[in-house]
Parts: sequence; structure tokens; C-alpha cells
Amino acid sequence: MTRLDALTAIYPQLEQQIVVTIMGAVAAELQSIGHRPNFFYLQHAMGLASSMGLGIALSKPERQVVVLDGDGSVLMNLGGLTTLARYRPRNLVHVVFDNESLLSVGGFPTATATGSDLAGVAAAAGVPRTATVGTLDAFRAAFDEALRAGDLTTLVAKVEAVGPSGYVTDLSLLENRFQFQRYLRS
Amino acid sequence: MSPVSVAHSGVVYDALKRTGIRLMSALPETWLVHLIRMADDDPEMTLVRLAKEEEGVGISAGAHLAGVKSAMLMQNHGFLASINGIVSCAQLYHIPLLMVISYRGEFGERDPWQTEGGGVTEDLLRALRIPFSYLDRPDHVAARVAKAQTLALSANKPVALLLCRDLMWEDA
Repeated sequence: MTRLDALTAIYPQLEQQIVVTIMGAVAAELQSIGHRPNFFYLQHAMGLASSMGLGIALSKPERQVVVLDGDGSVLMNLGGLTTLARYRPRNLVHVVFDNESLLSVGGFPTATATGSDLAGVAAAAGVPRTATVGTLDAFRAAFDEALRAGDLTTLVAKVEAVGPSGYVTDLSLLENRFQFQRYLRS
Repeated sequence: MSPVSVAHSGVVYDALKRTGIRLMSALPETWLVHLIRMADDDPEMTLVRLAKEEEGVGISAGAHLAGVKSAMLMQNHGFLASINGIVSCAQLYHIPLLMVISYRGEFGERDPWQTEGGGVTEDLLRALRIPFSYLDRPDHVAARVAKAQTLALSANKPVALLLCRDLMWEDA
């Protein structure tokens, strides 16, 4: 499964959600499918996308939030999984695209390449629903189930270490930020 | 019984709440114990207890975009630990961020382990061009908190209030 295929598979559902992504390939690929005002791309601050998702989920409990994270970013904020679990926002689905590498900075392997299990870490942190999937069909089904479950879920999708040819898009960071704020507050 | 001032903690808490803050993220330290307890006991306040302070930058950024005013309560070492998030989330994305920082390691500090962080706190705030002020007397707390929040919101940037020993510690 490629991350682009996975994003394409869930894109119709993302149209209705508040979406926060990490930087790099996830942001560029989601924009390549189609930017929407309800999508925010945190283009730096590795690790904090899930924290931003928590802040939004706590502030807008009536809306569902999807965080599109990555293995390298989650590894920079493992403690954040304990904070997520502690407050257990039932309106947050935390997807982790795990390509076992830091793809955008040379493809060096992360600790998940040598066996660290992020769904296992999330479960041990107290996240009530966790799963790891390795195929597109399983990912689509697990994501749909997570949206329906109405509980905090960390869904790890094992994806190939391939990405777009570039990461800079024509959407400026601040344009995205203010458009997203207007969307959230409207 | 710790000599951290309950009365002055209450003055700070009330001032924060009067500016409309409804979410506080915090990592405990001695000077913050009463403030955190007040937030925890207040049904109108969402308290988010963190594993590490930098998470609070992301939580506050998300809350702000969603229209909820927030503050971070942390020790100056927590500020040191948050700097990447402050720069690459709050400053990069022009997010107002009210940081209430206990200023350990200044004159009067008895704990040797706090002294190094105290010595670099103000220089780091200046290097990051973060406007800051001191909360060192109860009579000016309300005005300084309100003004800090006003600037954070008009400038869309992080600001800091340093909780000083003279305010927080009863036998300073």
C-alpha cells in the first residue's frame, strides 16, 4: 500500500472531517488529491500534529477530528500518546502512516524498521482502540470503523517508503492557517 | 506545607480567567501547584496535564484556531524544552500563545539545579523576540496578564509572563 493510495481511499470521508496532517509527503500528497478549507498541514514542529488535534478535539467536541501522522513524527512525541489517552477525546481518529523511515530527509530507517510497534505503544499508553493494517482494503475498513466507533483510535497503516517528487506546494502556510481558522470558527 | 502563596496563585488564576482563558495546559512544578489545583477544581476550565511541555504549544495552537483562549503553565525549564514547538508551530504559523512561566533560578533561589536555567531564561526570550513581563507583585498582576493577552492576540504571537519569587514564595 502506498500512502497516496491510502489517502485517496479515505478522501471522500475526509471531506466531512477536521483534518490535521504532518509535514512533508503527507501534506503534499493530500494537497495533490485536493486541498480543502478543513485541512491543516503542520509543515514543521514534528510531533505536534497529534497535540494540535487534541487541542481542536477538546475545543470542538461536537466535531470529528482526523490527525494524519507519521512514524518519525510520533516517535518525536511518544509522551503525547499518553496525553491523548488520558483525555481520550472520543472525536479523534489518529492515523499513523508508518513507512519505517524518515523519507523526506534521505530515507534513513526509524525505530519501527527494527520492530518498535507504534500501535502497541499507543495501546500501552492507554489509547482504547488501536490497530495495525498492511493492505488498502484493511486500511479502508479500519478507518471507516474508527469513524463509526466514536472513540479515540490510533490506526497504524504500514505503507511503502515512496513519496512525491517535491514537498513545497503553492499553498502558503499562513493562507492555510487563516483559512482553516475561519473554517473552524464558522 | 510549602510556602508557595495560595493567595497570590489565586490572583494570577483569576487574572487569567478574566481574560477569557478556558483551557490551560500544565506540567506541575512546585510554584505552580496551587494554580494547577485551581484549574483542576474549576468546572469552567479544561486542564490538560502534559507529559512534556512542548505538547502544550500544539494543544494551544489547536484550541486557538478553534476559537478557545488558552494558556500554558510551565517552569522555565519547560519553556526551554518547548522552544522548537514555539518557533516551528506558534511563531511560524502566527499563533497567539500566552506562556506563564515560573521563573526559577533568579535571586533567592536555593535549589542548585535551578540556577543554570534561570540564568538563560531572559536571554532566550529576547533571542526569540518573545515579548515578556514580570509578575512580581500582586497589585499589577491583573493588568499585566490582560495586557499580555491583548498583545498576543493583536500580534498573533507568543508572549511570556514570568512568575517571580517575590510573588510566588511567601518567605522570599
